[in-house]
Amino acid sequence: MQQVASFINVGERTNVTGSAKFKRLILEDRYEEALDVARDQVENGAQIIDINMDEAMLDSQAAMVRFLNLIAAEPEIARVPIMIDSSKWDVVFAGLKCIQGKAIVNSISLKEGERQFIEHATTLRKFGAACVVMAFDEQGQADTCARKFEICERSYKILTEQVQFPPEDIIFDPNIFAVATGIDEHNNYAVDFIEATRLIKQHLPHAKVSGGVSNISFSFRGNNPVREAMHSVFLFHAIKAGMDMGIVNAGQLTVYDDIPSELKERVEDVILNRREDSTERLLEIANDYKGDGVKAKAIDLTWRTLPVRERLSHALVHGITEYIVEDTEEARLSSDRPLEVIEGPLMDGMNVVGDLFGEGKMFLPQVVKSARVMKKAVAYLEPYIEDEKEEGSSNGKILLATVKGDVHDIGKNIVGVVLQCNNYEIIDLGVMVPCEEILKVAKEEQVDVIGLSGLITPSLDEMVHVAKELKRNNFDIPVLIGGATTSKAHTAIKIAPHYEEPIVYVSNASRAVPVASQLLNAKQKETLFEQVKRDYARVIEQHERKHQHVSYLSLEAARRNEPKIDWAGYTPPKPKKLGIHIWENIDLNIVRNFIDWTPFFMTWQLAGKYPRILSDEVVGEQATQLYEDANRLIDQVIQEKRFCAKAVFGLFPANRVQDDIEIYQEDGSLLTTLCNLRQQTDFKGRGPNYCLADFIASKESNVSDYIGSFAVTAGFEAEEWANACEAAQDDYQSILIKSVADRFAEGLAEYLHQQVRKEYWGYAPEEDLDNDALIRERYQGIRPAPGYPACPEHTEKGKLWSLLSVEENIGMQITESYAMRPAASVSGWYFSHPQSKYFAVGKIGEEQVKEYAQRKNMPLSEIERWLSPNLNYDPENSEKPMKEKN
Amino acid sequence: MWIDQARIDALYKTLSERIVILDGAMGTMIQDYQLEEEDYRGKRFADWKSPLKGNNDLLVLTQPEIIREIHQKYYVAGADIIETNTFNATSIAMADYHMEDLCREINLEAAKIAKEVAKSYEAQTGQIKWVAGVLGPTNRTASLSPDVNDPGFRNIDFDQLVTAYQEATKALIEGGSDIILIETIFDTLNAKAAAFAVESVFDELGYKLPVMISGTITDASGRTLSGQTTEAFYNALRHVNPLSFGLNCALGPDQLRQYVANLSDVCEGYVSVHPNAGLPNEFGEYDLGPEEMAAEIHEWAESGFLNIVGGCCGTTPAHIQAMKNAVEAFPKREKPKLPVKMRLSGLEAMSVES
Repeated sequence: MQQVASFINVGERTNVTGSAKFKRLILEDRYEEALDVARDQVENGAQIIDINMDEAMLDSQAAMVRFLNLIAAEPEIARVPIMIDSSKWDVVFAGLKCIQGKAIVNSISLKEGERQFIEHATTLRKFGAACVVMAFDEQGQADTCARKFEICERSYKILTEQVQFPPEDIIFDPNIFAVATGIDEHNNYAVDFIEATRLIKQHLPHAKVSGGVSNISFSFRGNNPVREAMHSVFLFHAIKAGMDMGIVNAGQLTVYDDIPSELKERVEDVILNRREDSTERLLEIANDYKGDGVKAKAIDLTWRTLPVRERLSHALVHGITEYIVEDTEEARLSSDRPLEVIEGPLMDGMNVVGDLFGEGKMFLPQVVKSARVMKKAVAYLEPYIEDEKEEGSSNGKILLATVKGDVHDIGKNIVGVVLQCNNYEIIDLGVMVPCEEILKVAKEEQVDVIGLSGLITPSLDEMVHVAKELKRNNFDIPVLIGGATTSKAHTAIKIAPHYEEPIVYVSNASRAVPVASQLLNAKQKETLFEQVKRDYARVIEQHERKHQHVSYLSLEAARRNEPKIDWAGYTPPKPKKLGIHIWENIDLNIVRNFIDWTPFFMTWQLAGKYPRILSDEVVGEQATQLYEDANRLIDQVIQEKRFCAKAVFGLFPANRVQDDIEIYQEDGSLLTTLCNLRQQTDFKGRGPNYCLADFIASKESNVSDYIGSFAVTAGFEAEEWANACEAAQDDYQSILIKSVADRFAEGLAEYLHQQVRKEYWGYAPEEDLDNDALIRERYQGIRPAPGYPACPEHTEKGKLWSLLSVEENIGMQITESYAMRPAASVSGWYFSHPQSKYFAVGKIGEEQVKEYAQRKNMPLSEIERWLSPNLNYDPENSEKPMKEKN
Repeated sequence: MWIDQARIDALYKTLSERIVILDGAMGTMIQDYQLEEEDYRGKRFADWKSPLKGNNDLLVLTQPEIIREIHQKYYVAGADIIETNTFNATSIAMADYHMEDLCREINLEAAKIAKEVAKSYEAQTGQIKWVAGVLGPTNRTASLSPDVNDPGFRNIDFDQLVTAYQEATKALIEGGSDIILIETIFDTLNAKAAAFAVESVFDELGYKLPVMISGTITDASGRTLSGQTTEAFYNALRHVNPLSFGLNCALGPDQLRQYVANLSDVCEGYVSVHPNAGLPNEFGEYDLGPEEMAAEIHEWAESGFLNIVGGCCGTTPAHIQAMKNAVEAFPKREKPKLPVKMRLSGLEAMSVES
């Protein structure tokens, strides 16, 4: 059983700050799947697993305890030691109380001084935990070898002499920083780490050295072959110097000896800082190793010699359109009827694609490309088929629609493509489809299944409405529910009870196929329906059990527990440029650098954090290809000025009046009043009950404070272009354009916010954060968006629209559900206070909702409809006299 | 101040010279007295609201003479250390009898009785005898869910265990224990809470007693109930720096041997073992006689596994005497010289060399 390893890999994926996927699973309470992440790491060779739950939207302590308790019941995971990773001492403490083995705590340091360091170390010793000690002291994080060693030596002395901490349980992390950044001061960072490691191992007996390896190659994001080479070379030297363990993606390491000699030499120059021009010299050749690392890949055309049937299958599986027309023609000539080509070789090929996708051997971007090939072949055959008036046979007819008020359709389009690949006939009604039209078309076309999609929260209510209408009109067509805000719980609790036919929640595109096929087979449909009912009953029960534990404060008590902000000792920064500003003709070359790629891959159902995803063992190849396609598209967009990005934003005087925020003209006259909601969950002393108004100085304080607002879009031309591609049977390009436009809009929001902080508001002129730090929200201030957790009520977006005259100024519109048009848009409020933070309002009580309706001067029933995901009561079964809803 | 440093120094000296003998089963001995409900109740608890038969720890209050007599028999049989009759005397385990509030008194009395017997035996013979104050595992597990449908659920947590163990530990020390013995550990997290409690009581008192730690391998899988291997268990509690690490209960000596060998290899301190007299038969009795058991123990001593040895369920003064005779001729186990390593564990051990 004993395992003595020479270099220890610490698994890094069970970390909400490092893994978007893990964070999502935890935030969505999907602990079973979160356990799978831990299990995968151990199966893939992690010898220790690092667990981090430091996320603002999370009760980190509760999440840590729950996850550790669940791990304890999973022997395949629990067999390895655990590293509790948190900057919050409560979380560390609670975690240690759940672990029977000997764990590591990551981390402590002299950052806050000796007293706290000693106190923490003493507690850790009592729990018997080993600990990671950062090379960080009162002066800051150490970057030179001398500082690194000095801090480690001082820490070591305190630990061994004053705390009696066992030296073998001390792990130093002397900070790995990026090299080859172009900044000369960074050139020696790797050497500093390696030399500090050597000193630690020589002079501090039994102490260990660890570090986060991927930091070293940060400046080569997007070029994994070079990054991997850098990691291997770095580790080769660091391990020789005595490095014991590291947070590494083991699958991402190349063998030192396998690195091509030219690359190895230049990487070694960079790591060991051997020449002044090492960075330039590595940059010179870096592009040659991009992709799979082989220079100028030869295209393999041997498949062209295969029989036509196999060529068609090859083209479909590999998404090659180049030869599809000639091959289809060849197949048509050798068939009795043109339809046979579709039903024969083409469908066979698509079945192979479907099977591979089902087995997880193909990924969504590939499947969409396959569909493009298929469509092209079918389009070629269509005139011949019409001549013969043949009727095609499909597996069934499926109607798809993004519901009324919502404009988001990337996910719906992906589902459509995947279903088409599996020979379903798709009737796609597009976006903002009114309920009546869905019912009408469903009846006329005699569809077999209706699929409803939506991204914004009001769409949830619209889906409930569609379900009720289906029942009222005596439909018997089963329904699929999908989209980013939908969930199994919402479907089970709110939608399914209104309709007697199956309403199945489909979590992703690959689930859509088996569900559709079961729904279309009378016998399997019964089985599926039974399964779904049982599943929903369980979900409802879980939901109820979960909510039994939550208690709520009265509105008054919640207000009493607002965050303590010291206004007396704080002067809100006055914006340098008050008033409304418009940006047009924005340089997309700049915006490009602000793109957060991780959500882009999520759209394509490739799980993993950028840039690591590019070298992921499973999806890396596909992710890289998709990333390259996206970048080619961006090049084209910029060169041909295909998109035009616009922004309007404003900075205004503002003061808080209880939970409202009054926004003024510069002369002090009232422009509008924002109504905010306050958290009412009883946190039992673990934290305040937030409301956005808390971050603005109150009117009675006579302190001048300010608020900002913004709306940005990159979607105008994108939508037209994407629709044209769709019409030309190129779904891949269409979805790619839309998902890139989304990224541009988000990137623009990030860029604009930075410019506001540095210039327009100007409270952080010195801010110097790289894109990764921006993505991690390391800056001061927030930009919550109406309709999102901190301000979930969508109609407030209307105030933003009139405040900035958004439509007049840049042409962006809002729908009746307050979705923005074009879809690739972002809007929100700016708050500057250093304590402002994102939070989720969560469930609120009837008392607050009533008061809120009064403040907004809107009928209660209407407010309840807008807030339905946030109500902690059921307005239909409330004791209050019911008003008729329209 | 309840510490007697001279006795503790003498214990370390004895351990450096020879194999030290621990006593045998308490429950098995009590069974022989065939006590009935009213015997357990005594006068004081005649009207207690719940049945008390089987609450062996209560006997220190209601039948102190019996407990005294059993301790005396073990000393006579050759035990150097006897264990207090406090296996279930935590507020958590005593809840079954609604006797949470009596825990302090039971621990205090149990230690006092044991210490009196030790002192009077010393006065008669001039040999020093020690008392180990026992902290049992409680009847709940902090690492396992009692609800198969909800693996994340726990019916006890670390803090509750610490509170219960602190109360018991204070009373055991006050009553005169020379050693604290955390034993029959089936869930290491419970034991970590016990060790944490003991340390905090030491911090409060300003001095330390030697601590013995003894785990239980529950079945042929070679793991504790909570799933750890012997070495993982060792690594998880090594920070306590105890006088000895050991294994007890559950298995007879034949099945336990490989784990004792394993522990002897990895343990930097002394090693203790007190196995059962075999596995229970269909009547719940233990079949292994004194000579049979002693033969196994003889072989362990010969293999150099032992520093402290005694018996658990099913053993009697006759077993202890036979064991003492069986090991007398052999030297104690020498502590191995092991390289310094960071010794981590989950359910399995993982070490990182320096």
